[in-house]
Amino acid sequence: MTAHLKQDGPVDRAHLDGMQQGLLGKAVPRIEGYAKVTGTATYAAEYDVADPAEGVLVTATITKGKVTYIDNDAALAMPGVLAVIADARMTTRPAQGTAGEAPEQEPQSVSYWGQPIAVVVAETFEEARNAAKHLVVAYEADADVDLDPAAAQPEPQDGQAVEMGDLTAAMDAATHSVDLTIETDGHASAAMEPHAAIADWDGDNLTVRASLQMLNYNIAELADALGVEEDNVRLISRYVGGGFGSKLGISEEVVAAALAARQLGRPVRVVMSRQQVFQCIMRRSETHQRLQLACDAEGRLTAFGHHARVSNLPGESFAEPVLQSSHFLYGAENRSLGMDLVRIHRMTAGSVRAPGEAVGMPALEMAMDELAEKAGIDPVAFRLRNIPGENPEEDLPFTSHTLADCLRQGAEAFGWDDGPRRPRMRREGDWWIGTGMASAARVHNVSEAKARVRLTAEGRAVVQTDMTDLGTGTYTILAQIAGEMLGLPIDRVTVELGDTNHPRGPGSGGSWGAASIGSAVYLACKALREEIARRANTGEAELGLKDGAVAGGRTLVDLLGGEALEEVGHYEPGDNQDAWTASGFGAFFAQVRVNHWTGEARVDRMLGAFGFGRVLNEKTARSQCLGGITWSIGAALTEALHFDPRDGHLANPDLAEYHVPVHRDVQDVEVLMLEERDPLASAIQAKGIGELGMCGGAGAIANAVYNACGARLRELPMTPDRILAALPE
Amino acid sequence: MRPFDYIRATDPTDAAERTSAPGAMAIAGGTNLIDLMKLQVETPDTLVDVGRLDMGSIEEAGDGLRIGALVTNTATAVHPKVRADYPVLARAILAGATQQLRNKATTAGNLCQRTRCTYFTNIDQPCNKRAPGSGCGAMGGVARLHAILGTSDQCIATYPGDMAVAMAALDAHVHIQGGRGGDRQVPVREFHRLPGETPWQDNVLESGEIITAVTLPLPVKGKQIYRKVRERSSYAFALVSIAAIVAMDGGRIARADLAFGGLAHKPWHDPRLADLLVGEAPSPALFEKAADVLLDEADARGGSEFKIPLARRTLTAVLTEATETRT
Ligand SMILES: Cc1cc2nc3c(=O)[nH]c(=O)nc-3n(C[C@H](O)[C@H](O)[C@H](O)COP(=O)(O)OP(=O)(O)OC[C@H]3O[C@@H](n4cnc5c(N)ncnc54)[C@H](O)[C@@H]3O)c2cc1C
Ligand code: SF4
Repeated sequence: MTAHLKQDGPVDRAHLDGMQQGLLGKAVPRIEGYAKVTGTATYAAEYDVADPAEGVLVTATITKGKVTYIDNDAALAMPGVLAVIADARMTTRPAQGTAGEAPEQEPQSVSYWGQPIAVVVAETFEEARNAAKHLVVAYEADADVDLDPAAAQPEPQDGQAVEMGDLTAAMDAATHSVDLTIETDGHASAAMEPHAAIADWDGDNLTVRASLQMLNYNIAELADALGVEEDNVRLISRYVGGGFGSKLGISEEVVAAALAARQLGRPVRVVMSRQQVFQCIMRRSETHQRLQLACDAEGRLTAFGHHARVSNLPGESFAEPVLQSSHFLYGAENRSLGMDLVRIHRMTAGSVRAPGEAVGMPALEMAMDELAEKAGIDPVAFRLRNIPGENPEEDLPFTSHTLADCLRQGAEAFGWDDGPRRPRMRREGDWWIGTGMASAARVHNVSEAKARVRLTAEGRAVVQTDMTDLGTGTYTILAQIAGEMLGLPIDRVTVELGDTNHPRGPGSGGSWGAASIGSAVYLACKALREEIARRANTGEAELGLKDGAVAGGRTLVDLLGGEALEEVGHYEPGDNQDAWTASGFGAFFAQVRVNHWTGEARVDRMLGAFGFGRVLNEKTARSQCLGGITWSIGAALTEALHFDPRDGHLANPDLAEYHVPVHRDVQDVEVLMLEERDPLASAIQAKGIGELGMCGGAGAIANAVYNACGARLRELPMTPDRILAALPE
Repeated sequence: MRPFDYIRATDPTDAAERTSAPGAMAIAGGTNLIDLMKLQVETPDTLVDVGRLDMGSIEEAGDGLRIGALVTNTATAVHPKVRADYPVLARAILAGATQQLRNKATTAGNLCQRTRCTYFTNIDQPCNKRAPGSGCGAMGGVARLHAILGTSDQCIATYPGDMAVAMAALDAHVHIQGGRGGDRQVPVREFHRLPGETPWQDNVLESGEIITAVTLPLPVKGKQIYRKVRERSSYAFALVSIAAIVAMDGGRIARADLAFGGLAHKPWHDPRLADLLVGEAPSPALFEKAADVLLDEADARGGSEFKIPLARRTLTAVLTEATETRT
């Protein structure tokens, strides 16, 4: 049976809180943690599939043009080589998140340096890699390829544009204004587990074990690429070693493995090298942003302008949604927001953790800091003064709004000094010390989700869905929801994820996973409770399920009477998505040190205060926030993709040269979770958590750098060369 | 990775002889060589494993300290004598790589580690060092981390290591064993080469020569500093690094042995600096003059212009700290 909810309005606030198990929200350690730390959790390349051949992708060494010749014979003569495949169905880019159809195919046509053009398959990985490196390929390269985002022709993104009032007039008339340009470099997801797939055909039925975030869309993408029916395809992705957007859509190795396995009639594994992961998967676009803000003498915003330019390959519809939260975060009557997309031949731009806000919010918050300074108002007070009562652009009330609480409580917990601020007030040896803050916002979304919950006759619960767990804690929170609802301790709940044979979940991405799939599990459990209540002759709310016991002295097993019960929960967003503005909010506070001589900046401590609905698991929620803040530090100080200006290849395609923060860069980080119930956000009153922690954090660090040493940076990340260039003498 | 033969050398002479065969290379900790083999940047036919030779100890020699070629970076950095008498070396080593890498990395391998220029490590890009005559991809490309001193039209790569910078400041010597039992000594300051017209030659080792040890001279008086400027606080190569051994006498500089990392194709040592500084009273003006001398021929041919002011400022910071007399 299916329990369905299309959420048009608020859910019953009290229902879930009325449960007795006491499991939900608790800091339960990851239930799959033991398997992971003992190495028994199978990641994509590790499945024990009989006798796989090994494939290695061959990538283009031109930027744009055609492959005219591949010397297959020479490769086939090398030891162990089984095939050189350049099938027209091979994909040449990753699919964008939620695409549900094949990305660009036809590998003979090249549109960026490093694009996959073939796969070499051999008996061993080493043989395949050696042959792939030696493969002789001839090209016809196009001249005059657009590579510079500043020089390419902009395409306005009309859907993003807002014009209200008169920005220019308001800027001119205002008591205080700032008009500045901020540039951010591109980012990589840099997930630990490289992209990998093992494909195995049984007749016309294909099973692929891969590392993917959204099996519900990925199955359609793969079937479309191969030209087969979805019913003939099964995807398995039980453990994912980080995704951060890079595994939203199927990537090139998945289709290559499937085609090679078909051709050879045996399983084929294709694992990307670290360099390939960097060069053939997603990048976050670099951004060029202009911020125009003005306020009156009291510090009330009168003008709000935010314009951005981002890039992507021709044919891609994704444009880094830089303005996403700018539309509603601060009030101002005169508004102008707009986005341009330019087409350049760098690798595909797509979703990297917190697409949009990750770079839009820091830039906005840097501008807010400058304006607060001009207006002579404490930056926390300045933000508090500009929180709108409702969405300033559309007639959509907020489902809930925690920004003010986050700002106040965060400031208090951090020990924010709201006295007069000016740069270079504190020095320790060679280091300037300063503080800065920023608001956080990240739109909240939910997505359609289905999950099956079975109660076995022995009184155990089994949760099944094709939802994935990227290391975020999905296994655990689903076990907690089911345990809470069915009155079972966590060790009596089994969660099975990452298999398209299970009901379709929402996939992990856009921070919507937990709220959406959690709602589906909740709905299934609620329906199970109703059946149990019927058998117990009582109301569902009066069941009092706890540790397998039912109020009134009976037990669950007893009521099941030797029979298993099963329900599928089906959650769908409804009017709640369109009639309200839903967002997570927060505030960041940072203390940094900047070396006077060398321009090195380090974060001494950082605090994030976040409001994002119900906390499902205190530990995994906190970990998401810690991860987000770590990414904030990376975006602020170290992470940058460097592209060659002549051929557009990525010049720092590994973890030695693409600098994510190391442990020593992440010193004292504190997370404050302001728990709330948002009955419009989802059936379990939870919102997205995974991305909020980096939506603005880099701005707090930039503002702290200014407060420390007086350098107003116009570029992120703030590497020593940039800080030195901006340092006043 | 190309298929290759693997043999274990029986003694240093055997190692030297075996590495003289065309296509043969020595391997020690493997932390640099194996990465480059996977990328097909290095394609040896034969790996001569020197890892089991008797070159793994640190011994006090009459004239200083002898560090065997196979001593791990960790072992050197924690050695009581190194920590007490040559702290600049311990600090330089600890500022490099990560604990796991330092546990494997060896004295000789560290000296011979290759550049981190990403055109060098990408076989689908031109590089005169890897493929002589193919051109220098870094010039006109992404060259933020490249050299500003001693570059040539052929190559602007840096020597990336830290340990050797401290050894250059200490004026350590590299002991080299030739194939027929002959051995020689080369000062670390002369061990690495400038790229010139032959950028594929990183150092003065000839085919069929292996490193057996590095000797440090007798300890010297003075403050020892290793300052590494880097983008993140660990696990990053130097933008600029300075190893300094500075002694004061009566308010004047009595000794100033300086070496620089991240600036050139070798640990940079400029004898003019000691000439300028020794005998003088420290002052900001003096440090500026030292920077002028150091950088008088600095030339950034890529995105590394920032290294010129950065080197100047870091030198001032280090000399200020080094000449401070505690009150
Ligand atoms: C991610 C990463 C970060 C790093 N960061 C730093 C850093 O910040 N600072 C730093 O200084 N280093 C850094 N390193 C480099 C590290 O120090 C070197 O990889 C290491 O020192 C090499 O030593 P090895 O014994 O492993 O050498 P191997 O890899 O075994 O050999 C390296 C070279 O030395 C040659 N060789 C080895 N032994 C001999 C011998 N006895 N005689 C002649 N030739 C010999 C080999 O033929 C080879 O060419 C980093 C490395 C990595 C991978
Ligand atoms: S700088 Fe040297 S190592 Fe780098 S590409 Fe040029 S020649 Fe090769």
